[in-house]
Order: sequence, then structure tokens, then C-alpha cells
Amino acid sequence: MNDDAPIFEVSSLSLYYDDFRALKDIDMEIRRYAITALIGPSGCGKSTLLRCFNRMNDLIPTARIEGRILFEGSDLYHPDVDATEIRSRIGMVFQRPNPFPKSIYDNVAFGLKINGYRGDIDEAIERSLRQAALWDEVKDRLKDSALELSGGQQQRLCIARALAVEPEVILMDEPASALDPIATLAIEELVRELSESYTIVIVTHNMQQAARVSHETAFLMAGEDRSGYLVEHGATSQIFTTPKSERTEAYITGRFS
Amino acid sequence: MAKSKVNFDPRLARRKMIGGVFYFVFLCAVMVGILSLLVLLTRILMEGLPWLSLGFLTNYPSRHPEIAGIRSAMMGTIWVMALTALFTVPVGVGAAIYLEEYAPKNRLTQLIEINISNLAGVPSIVYGLLGWALFVQIMSMGRVVLAGALTLSLLVLPIVILASREAIRAVPNEYRLGAFALGADQWQVIKGAVLPSAIPGILTGTILALSRAIGEAAPVIAISALVYLTFVPADPFDQFTVMPIQIFNWVGRPQDDFQSLAAAGIIVLLAILLTMNALAVILRNRYQTRSED
Repeated sequence: MNDDAPIFEVSSLSLYYDDFRALKDIDMEIRRYAITALIGPSGCGKSTLLRCFNRMNDLIPTARIEGRILFEGSDLYHPDVDATEIRSRIGMVFQRPNPFPKSIYDNVAFGLKINGYRGDIDEAIERSLRQAALWDEVKDRLKDSALELSGGQQQRLCIARALAVEPEVILMDEPASALDPIATLAIEELVRELSESYTIVIVTHNMQQAARVSHETAFLMAGEDRSGYLVEHGATSQIFTTPKSERTEAYITGRFS
Repeated sequence: MAKSKVNFDPRLARRKMIGGVFYFVFLCAVMVGILSLLVLLTRILMEGLPWLSLGFLTNYPSRHPEIAGIRSAMMGTIWVMALTALFTVPVGVGAAIYLEEYAPKNRLTQLIEINISNLAGVPSIVYGLLGWALFVQIMSMGRVVLAGALTLSLLVLPIVILASREAIRAVPNEYRLGAFALGADQWQVIKGAVLPSAIPGILTGTILALSRAIGEAAPVIAISALVYLTFVPADPFDQFTVMPIQIFNWVGRPQDDFQSLAAAGIIVLLAILLTMNALAVILRNRYQTRSED
């Protein structure tokens, strides 16, 4: 696959919860091996959009989509596509760290086992924990409960857990919003490092974070009918210095939130 | 005081008095339960303890109180409870998993849920008559251990389902989402993320439901009214009796000695009950530390 080709192509995407339209006519492309930040005020649909990329919205019975998302050039929502398989290729990290109430080891091993990992599980666990910059802190207590870790460590464990499955894309839904500033910086640094080998889409309500971390930024807003639409999408430096839309400028300069 | 608040009339003394009264009322409410339990226990222990001996546990019932024992009833109870557990755990937990994790939330599942809650409140004698008609008569099993166990299974199944559902519902949804996001399918999510957290609650609920069944006389009377059983069931198709029936029979006799035998029987029954409840607590604690360690 050509590295210049976008990994996701979203066209005329709308998402409904029953009759309520949460996303309206989104058109955008997600660049490969880059960090794309989705920003916007609360309720603008940025998390909903994120969950479209790994079909997590399938788990909500009332949700349905219109329009199309191409992943590596083929329709993500085609009836022949198995959402379970998709989610092992497109990993996700959640807003609140959600390690399973198992050992650190078992947390990372879970994804490997369910997906039938053929290699050495111990090696894969070490590799994933190293990638998530957690190995040195936990290597002597892999059998301890993940719940004993600090919030920031738990979140890095969740990232390691996602990496272990060897995804192509990692979706992050406000991954640092429940963490203190130091843990937040550690996560941001990690996200930058990971972008060398992964495509990352990150939702954040923290504009400094978007500016610090991402290569591209997409700004969403909710319209009069409360459905979210894409206002502007471009290089982060452009969005934060010379936004095309007045609404983008008003938002990033903090005139509304 | 430095400054008094002119716009308020705090009436502190009065508020404290009312607070004290309610504290006392609630304490009394607790004491009613504790005291009546204490009175009951002392009475039973005083009357039954002298009759409690190894012989009481190993002898068969007899018309002579001094050599009468509870062996057949105790073994019958153990047989019936073991089979009941065997039937209710897989069925009850399975039904709970289906209702919580698979079933779509629509009117039909709502109707099923309401009915299960209602079934949990049906008087136990009704289950006894159902079991008698269904297992003893229609399926012509006879008045055997299996029929008794199936009847008690029907009785506790709704409680096991309700308790298991509560336990499953208490599992944070984040665990499910986390597992789905790693590419787990529905069963892998349940096995890997839901059940490990739900098992302590399921175990506790199930054991508590079983300890309700162990004290039930009414439904088993409908299946087996036997009292003078001088053998221990060897397989599920043997005739049987259970401890509540034996105790009920002794209580109904005019001689004082049999009253005391009944008290001794109650002590044994209570001991088994307490053991089961303790087991529930131990299992819950062990699973909790295991899943958090």
C-alpha cells in the first residue's frame, strides 16, 4: 500500500441514534503514520466519529450509519467485513484507563490469546510493555494486579494491551483526560513515539494537547440540530495559526468551549 | 459566639434531640432482629444440645427417642442439595448470561424478566405441587431423590438467575468495551472480561439461594412424605427424606423427648446452613483477592 494514500477515507458519513442525527455529512481523510487530533466542544460528536473507525458503534443497538468509510481502500461497513477482525487491526484506548481486574501480564496476554497469537507470548508482552514505556516500571511485578498501578501507568498498560495485538491504527478517546499533568505528558510523549509506526487518531478537548501532539487537526462542532459536522481539517500548524473558519478561530482562541 | 445570625433560628438543641430519637429508633429496629435470633438460638441450644451426639448423626429414625437419629434425613438433604446445585448453577448462570449479555432489550425480554422476578416470590408449596405433578406423576419418576432435587431446582432457579444477573450487571461496561476493542467476540468478552468479575457475586447468590432451599420442608413434603426411612439413598432414584421433614415430624409428636430431638435436628441444620454461608463468604473473598491481586 502506498504510504501517501490515506488510511481512512470518510465520505458523507452520518450517524443516527434512533432518529437523532449525531454526525452529519462528514467528509475527511486520515493520513497514514500521522497523528490526527479530533477537537471540538462537548457534544460535537468527536468521540462518536472516533468509534466509527473501529465499529464500536455497532455495539449500540440504536446506532446506524449512512455514507461510507474506506479503510485501506475497502468499505469498512461492508456486510462481509467482520467487526471483530477490524477491531484487532484498529486498536482503541479509552478515556478512563480500563485495565481488566487481572494481573499486568494477563491484561496484555488477553488480546494475544483471543486472537490466536502464534509467537512467544512472554516476548510479545515484553515488547508491548517496552513500546508503551512501562516495562521498566512493571517488569518485576507482572503478576501483580493491574489495578494497583497508578492512573497513568494503567493507561500505558491499556496502550500496551492495544499494541500487543499489532494493530495498524490506534484510536484514542481523550486518553489523558483522567490523568494528572505529569502522567499526561508521559502519554503525549508516548503518542509521538508511536506515530512513527502507527496511524493515530486522538480525540481531545485539550487544545494545547492537540497543538503539542498532532500533525493534523480536525475541528468539529454541533449545529443547531445538535448534530456534529466537520468545520475544518488541516495541518495542525495551519489550524492553530491561520484557521480558515472564524468558528475554528473562535474555538481555539478560547472564545467558547 | 462572635456573631449571631439574625436571619436564622438554628434551634440546635431541638435538632440534636430529634437526631438522638431517630438514632435510638433505628437501633431498636436492629435489636428486634438480633434479640429474637438470640432467644431462638438459646432456647434451641439449651433443649437440643444434650441430645446431640455422634449417635444422633449416625442413627436412623426410631420410635424410641433415645436411639433415634437423623442419618437418613441428613444424607437425603446432602443428596438433594448436591443435585440441586448441579442443576441450578449451569442453568441459572446460563440464563442470566443470556438475559444480560445477549438478549435484545425489548418487550419480550422485559416480560421474561418480570416473570422471573415473580417466580422468585411464588410460595414454595406451589413448586412442591408442580414437582409432584410433573416429575412424580407425569414423568413417573416416583418419590425419589431426583424428583426432589428437580423440584427444589425449580424453586431456587429464579433466585439464582436474579442474583447472577445482579452480579453480571455490576461488571463495569468499560471491561466489555476494552475486550471488544481488542477484537474479542461476544463469548470471549463474557469469558475473559465479564465472568471473572461476576463470579464472586454469582457464587454468593447461588449459595445463599441453596441455603434457602435446604430449609424448605413444604415442597419436599409434596414429593416425599417419608419419615421412617431406615436407609440412605444410594442413587438419585432411591426414596429419600430431608431434615426439615424429619424435624417437622418430631415437633408434631406429643412426647417431650421428641421435641428435644427436633431441637437437636435444628442445630444440625443450622450448622450446615452456617457452613454454607461461611463458604459463600470465603469463596467471595478468595475470588476478590485473586482478581485484584
